Amino acid sequence: MRDLDPFIHFEAISKVFGTVTVVDALDFHVARGEFVSLLGPSGSGKTTLLMMLAGFEAPSGGRIHVDGRRVEHLPPYKREMGVVFQNYALFPHMTIAENVGFPLKMRGVARAEREAKVKRALDLVRLRHLADRRPSQLSGGQQQRIALSRALVYEPKVVLMDEPLSALDKQLREHMQLEIRALHRELGLTVIFVTHDQGEALTMSDRVAVLNRGKIEQFDTPSGLYDRPRTRFVAEFIGETNLLAGRVAQRQGEAATVVLASGGSVTCDRAGPFETDSEVMVSVRPEMLHLVPDAAAPNALPVTVEDHVYHGDHIRLHLAFGESRLVARAGRRDAAPPIGSTAFASFAPGDCALVAP
Amino acid sequence: MTFLKSILGSTALAAGLVIAGLGAATARDLTVVSWGGNYQDAQRKIYFKPFAEKTGKPVLDESWDGGVGVVQAKVKAGTPNWDAVQVEADELAIGCADGLYEKLDWGKLGGKDKFLPSAVSDCGVGAIVWSTLLSYDSEKLKTAPTSWKDFWDTKTFPGKRALRRGPKYALEFALMADGVAPKDVYKTLREKGGVDRAFKKLDEIKPDIVWWESGAQPLQLLKSGQVVMTSAYNGRISGINKTEGTKFKTVWPGSIYAVDSWVILKGSPNKDQAMDFIAFASLPENQSKLPQDIAYGLPSKAAAAAVPADLAVDLPTAPQNLENAIAIDVDYWNDNIEDLTKRFNAWVGK
Amino acid sequence: MSARLKALLLVLPLIVFLGLFFLWPLWMMIATAVQGGTVRLAFPQTATAIASWDGAGPPPASLQAALVRDLRTDTPQERFGDAVRTLNSQQAGFRTLLPRTARAVREAGEADAFDLVALDPRWSEQGYWLALKRSMPAYTDANLLAAVDLKRNDEARIEPVEPDFAVNRAIMLRTFVIAGQVTLLCGAIGLPFAMLAASVTGWKRNALLIAVLLPLWTSLLVRTAAWLILLQDTGLINQTLRALGLIETPLSLIYNRTGVLIAMTHVLLPLMVLPIYASLIAIPRNLMPAAAALGAAPLQAFRYVLLPLAMPGLLSGSLLVFMVALGYYITPALTGGAGDQMISSVIAFYATGTANWGMAGALGLFLLVPTTVLYILYGRLSRTPLVQT
Ligand SMILES: Nc1ncnc2c1ncn2[C@@H]1O[C@H](COP(=O)(O)OP(=O)(O)OP(=O)(O)O)[C@@H](O)[C@H]1O
Ligand SMILES: [Mg+2]
Repeated sequence: MRDLDPFIHFEAISKVFGTVTVVDALDFHVARGEFVSLLGPSGSGKTTLLMMLAGFEAPSGGRIHVDGRRVEHLPPYKREMGVVFQNYALFPHMTIAENVGFPLKMRGVARAEREAKVKRALDLVRLRHLADRRPSQLSGGQQQRIALSRALVYEPKVVLMDEPLSALDKQLREHMQLEIRALHRELGLTVIFVTHDQGEALTMSDRVAVLNRGKIEQFDTPSGLYDRPRTRFVAEFIGETNLLAGRVAQRQGEAATVVLASGGSVTCDRAGPFETDSEVMVSVRPEMLHLVPDAAAPNALPVTVEDHVYHGDHIRLHLAFGESRLVARAGRRDAAPPIGSTAFASFAPGDCALVAP
Repeated sequence: MTFLKSILGSTALAAGLVIAGLGAATARDLTVVSWGGNYQDAQRKIYFKPFAEKTGKPVLDESWDGGVGVVQAKVKAGTPNWDAVQVEADELAIGCADGLYEKLDWGKLGGKDKFLPSAVSDCGVGAIVWSTLLSYDSEKLKTAPTSWKDFWDTKTFPGKRALRRGPKYALEFALMADGVAPKDVYKTLREKGGVDRAFKKLDEIKPDIVWWESGAQPLQLLKSGQVVMTSAYNGRISGINKTEGTKFKTVWPGSIYAVDSWVILKGSPNKDQAMDFIAFASLPENQSKLPQDIAYGLPSKAAAAAVPADLAVDLPTAPQNLENAIAIDVDYWNDNIEDLTKRFNAWVGK
Repeated sequence: MSARLKALLLVLPLIVFLGLFFLWPLWMMIATAVQGGTVRLAFPQTATAIASWDGAGPPPASLQAALVRDLRTDTPQERFGDAVRTLNSQQAGFRTLLPRTARAVREAGEADAFDLVALDPRWSEQGYWLALKRSMPAYTDANLLAAVDLKRNDEARIEPVEPDFAVNRAIMLRTFVIAGQVTLLCGAIGLPFAMLAASVTGWKRNALLIAVLLPLWTSLLVRTAAWLILLQDTGLINQTLRALGLIETPLSLIYNRTGVLIAMTHVLLPLMVLPIYASLIAIPRNLMPAAAALGAAPLQAFRYVLLPLAMPGLLSGSLLVFMVALGYYITPALTGGAGDQMISSVIAFYATGTANWGMAGALGLFLLVPTTVLYILYGRLSRTPLVQT
């Protein structure tokens, strides 16, 4: 497990602006070479957390260790981190080569060595031919890659990126996501990547920290977050989900039987910490919900088909289950039952998770 | 960028001319120009307003800082936007010789013999007689200086002293300090070596001199104690004593007096009205009110006689003040001001 | 309308502006500086007669007679005045000599044999006649030469004026030195000040900007009074320093070069601060953090990022301050000492004091030319910013 090598360690770190607690006593590790995303809605404290790591904000409490060393007291220019800002922050009065060489110049690297390293760093993002241009003469994607190359040129221990792709259009963004991942792999970088785009976080990261109101809701691998959300916030924030309110009737080891508020009961293999009688929500992803003709299937819920929506690669079925509304995802080849018909929606006990209401 | 400004000014003037040509029908009100400050306030009270009330037409008043170039620019522009202007003696002489002024109608003024001889010319009639003289703060100086010799005596009167920047007055006072009798000052200046002698005398106290530029400065300098003595205009001294309760004193012997005159700019569209105004301002019953506000001497003999004795003693025209005072030699300065200013500037910068 | 015509119409205001405010004054100044001919106009017969006089011996009787005839003619007063002014500038004394002679000649009646020397002994001096001869040509370099302390001697060769009268070069040099010193001071104070103003927000920023703009909004009178209160021997600064025991005798802060520099820097500071401030707030907010994150210590970040980006502002500010400072004279006159007069006061003396527009024009030319060059430079700099964003 990577946690054994806690390269970056946040220890009870918090930040208070006036009376507002923006980062609330966070504890987590990032391992060496890991790609970690900070994901959360706007204002959840992602940038603040990153800025505390980079040294632009002083924590109100707690500690930050990098490679076993406390860093809270260090000014930004002594932290040896590569930072990529949201709108690149290239120096307009310098050429591309000068921009990329800037961190080296600040470290007193000799000219010859500097030039060699700049070339290499520009090769890394395949923009060596632009070395003599000015930032204003580059496209957004090119500027972004230059910013990246500038953050990497002095081989920092950690690279921090604050929504580096948010200003790019979708296609370019996806392309850059792949490039950044490739660089991460090639150079063995430790990356902390801020985004509020869940798709980006899931596709790029080794692990994702979901932040909400200054707290970490869940820090997990992408599949862990998707398949085993631990909180209602995560279940709803990551992807799409059906939530069924109910109460735990019985626990059988890891599994539990939940009596639903809309009637009936279901069984879930992953019951988490919830004891008998606790109020819970059952989270089921739409693609795990199947329409079956008979009630014999596991966790079969009687539903009425209200609508189908054609989505190209799939069809979404809108179902009424008592007072609740459910969404199921059907393959385009599946025969969709006619609107108004009744059927049963079923899911496997292994395909649901219990979260707090 | 004064010159640039004046050039731009003349550009505007040229443009103005065109516009004036278009709108020549709209007549301008009588515009009287004087020297500003509390002097012009007093004039407004006793001349401008009463005259406007008497004639039932408004009187505009503006102020200026002198300079025959200003007058010339206005006259050369065609129709000047000033009518009656109070000028200094040198501006009167040059402007009159160069044809910048209208000839006055002495009949309206009651005849030349009603005025001091030095206040009478073809182009102007005296408005006031004022003096430049040695002044000091009697609250700060325990021994009173009595002459320009004392002004030069930095042992008995240690400290800085102030003079008006420029050769005018400075050279005269220097010669007086060097022992030249007041009445011989201009004779000496005209003699070979006279100017050298004056500059040499100025050399003696050069490091101790603060040069003032505007008439208000010597008052501030005295008040703050920055200088122990200064040359100053007599009206300003009595004025500040009255308004601020200072105890500044003046030394009349060795003072230099001059006459300011009213003139009418050549081509003034309000020429007759301006003449009437000047006549009004020269009437003894009007002019005699001036010393109540400001201690300037009166060129109208009848007006001077009507001034109460307690006010009259402070005027440059009081007989005891005229003893050992001299009139500024306008001819000398008109001939030599350019050369001597050059020389003064060279000397002062050395 | 053709596109070209439209384009021309668009730049027309600019052309008119340039013409009106640069070329025309420049031309006017050159013209007034070199224009002679006033004397020839007023004394046409003398002009003819004096041409055949070599200037070596005493003026022949025929020349004197020609002058008397000219004086008897009813020359327009203004034309006569212009001639007198020109002549007096060449030879002090003409100012009184000519009107007096003219009066006497007219009173004497038609007899040609008028004895000039008997009327005024100055007519026996060679200098007056030589000045007359020199002033005859339609164009003259006398003013331009005088503006740089040169003159033509009696043999018409150019030579320096007597040291006692050599003043313009020194004052011109001093003007440029003072303007340069003020520019340096404004830069040294203005840059940190602008940085401070750009780094704070809200009321603090407003307060700082208003503080620096204040002198622009106060009258010269108020400003002068304020300087006096602060700088004089018994002023606030000296009293404070004395109370603190730092000095025993008061520092001379006014009526010398120090006073001029303090006062001018104070007035001109906004012209420096505003352009720098403008270029500073135009710097994207994250550049300084980026520099720090990339390893630049504060001084390095200043040197390599902030300063180059503020440079266009600093340059415009410097040019602006320098150009405006060149034209100052009232402030130095009020706060300076003996040797602190600037060239504009000399120009003003000639222009308004003695109406000698020729000299004013010649001196103005030597001020306007560098100013114009600087202005064009400034235009270049402000049109092509170093930073394209
Ligand atoms: N300097 C500050 N002073 C006061 N409040 C601040 C300051 N900086 C951030 N905040 C507040 O802290 C909270 C978290 O801000 P932060 O920038 O960390 O959010 P974020 O997660 O990066 O959001 P986004 O996705 O919009 O960038 C926000 O409510 C913000 O208003
Ligand atoms: Mg953010």
